[in-house]
Amino acid sequence: MKITVNVWRQKNADAKGAMVTYQLDDVLEDMSFLEMLDVLNETLTLAGEDPVAFDSDCREGICGSCGVVINGIPHGPEVTTTCQLHLRSFKDGDVIDIEPWRASGFPVVKDLVVDRGAFDRIIQAGGYISVNTGSAPEANNLPVPKEDADHAFEAATCIGCGACVAACPNGSAMLFTAAKITHLGLLPQGQPERDSRVLGMVEQHDAEGFGGCTNIGECTTACPKGIPLDVISRLNRDLLGALAAGKA
Amino acid sequence: MSTTQLKRVPASRSTVAKKYAMAVSGLIMVGYLVLHMYGNLKALQSPEAFNDYAHHLRTIGEPILPHTGLLWIVRVVLLAAVLIHAYCAISLWRRNKKAAGFTGGLGAKRYHSKQNRTGIQRSYASFTMRWGGVTIALFIVFHILNLTTNDIHPGGASDEPYEKLHNSFQYFWVLLSYTVAMIAVGFHLWHGFWSALQTLGQNRSSTRIESNANTAAIVIAAVITIGFLVPPFSIYFFGLGG
Repeated sequence: MKITVNVWRQKNADAKGAMVTYQLDDVLEDMSFLEMLDVLNETLTLAGEDPVAFDSDCREGICGSCGVVINGIPHGPEVTTTCQLHLRSFKDGDVIDIEPWRASGFPVVKDLVVDRGAFDRIIQAGGYISVNTGSAPEANNLPVPKEDADHAFEAATCIGCGACVAACPNGSAMLFTAAKITHLGLLPQGQPERDSRVLGMVEQHDAEGFGGCTNIGECTTACPKGIPLDVISRLNRDLLGALAAGKA
Repeated sequence: MSTTQLKRVPASRSTVAKKYAMAVSGLIMVGYLVLHMYGNLKALQSPEAFNDYAHHLRTIGEPILPHTGLLWIVRVVLLAAVLIHAYCAISLWRRNKKAAGFTGGLGAKRYHSKQNRTGIQRSYASFTMRWGGVTIALFIVFHILNLTTNDIHPGGASDEPYEKLHNSFQYFWVLLSYTVAMIAVGFHLWHGFWSALQTLGQNRSSTRIESNANTAAIVIAAVITIGFLVPPFSIYFFGLGG
């Protein structure tokens, strides 16, 4: 099939970028989206041009490395990661616009690659639990209601790809932050740091320059893992509790 | 490569805390709107009932409170709510615009793709929260000059509450401006009431559409919009009160 791609090209963090058009005449609908970019890069390399920089690692939809905005939607038209998107989701002759995540908390490093170090620093600010070393404890010592376990697991499927930020009209990372708050806050092991976690992570979220949540819900529809919107409500509830308890 | 970190502020002054302030001040205004709408519906009963109600608002709480005492308490609370709501909205608006990574001066774009410009699922109401809020604020100024101070008095000035109302709504442009404003209020509440409940941690559904908070927002937006429009439409189209 024939595909025209408009790709964001930007030499480095300080350079001014622009959309550049490339023609791909011989791609297959069974190719993944990243394989299409690989083909494009081979062509560019043979022509002596700079290949398009993009992030990818597992290409199985579980690591969260890849992710670009495709036709204005993070990870493109299907609810999955960019690597699990295939060209069969497009038609012969389609024009596809490919851009990096856009947010001041995610500065562009080169082309489609952004620096997502902000997420690591939000995790460092409270996304952990204190555990004793030694042998594993008896699992039945800590009963967890099924509903809580399911909900915590659902939140824990967040791969930190950043699509929520790219989708949010406010460039807010609340869905990511709230997924971690929910995942750890619902389980008994997460209780000792429950207040300090929400305080620390919200403060770090804001310090990274992310925007505020206006409860529009674009994040959860763009999320390849379907992190639900109520995790943000839970974060709000937890923060309210921590502030009311005077833990700030 | 540079990652610019902003100054770290305590969680009590975070974006989330500002949303709490917006939610609480917004809910205070919604509570006022419900009472205001209820009072307006007295116009359907009779001009006397409407005037008695308006007069009673000034005597509630006497003799503990002075004449119009409660009214002034309500006015001060509402003014504070409006100012807090607007301050937080403007401060978050500026921050969010920057956070979304708009680059270049005037006419800056976030994404260059012309496809899916309106997002994936976001509602018209969510697009119009900010300018809709500005529209409502301007309307309130007009509304106070019109029916409270009666400085704007199409159809003649009056000291009688019902007569002020009745005189104004003989004019199509007055009816039209109130209708536009009430629809703006309806849209603002449709997103705003849902957003306030989610912000205060009261949503427990995985999507907005399934949430009771969203259902409540649709009901409150519809009730307030229709409730406020019934008296003016009755006056203009059905000659209510002569």
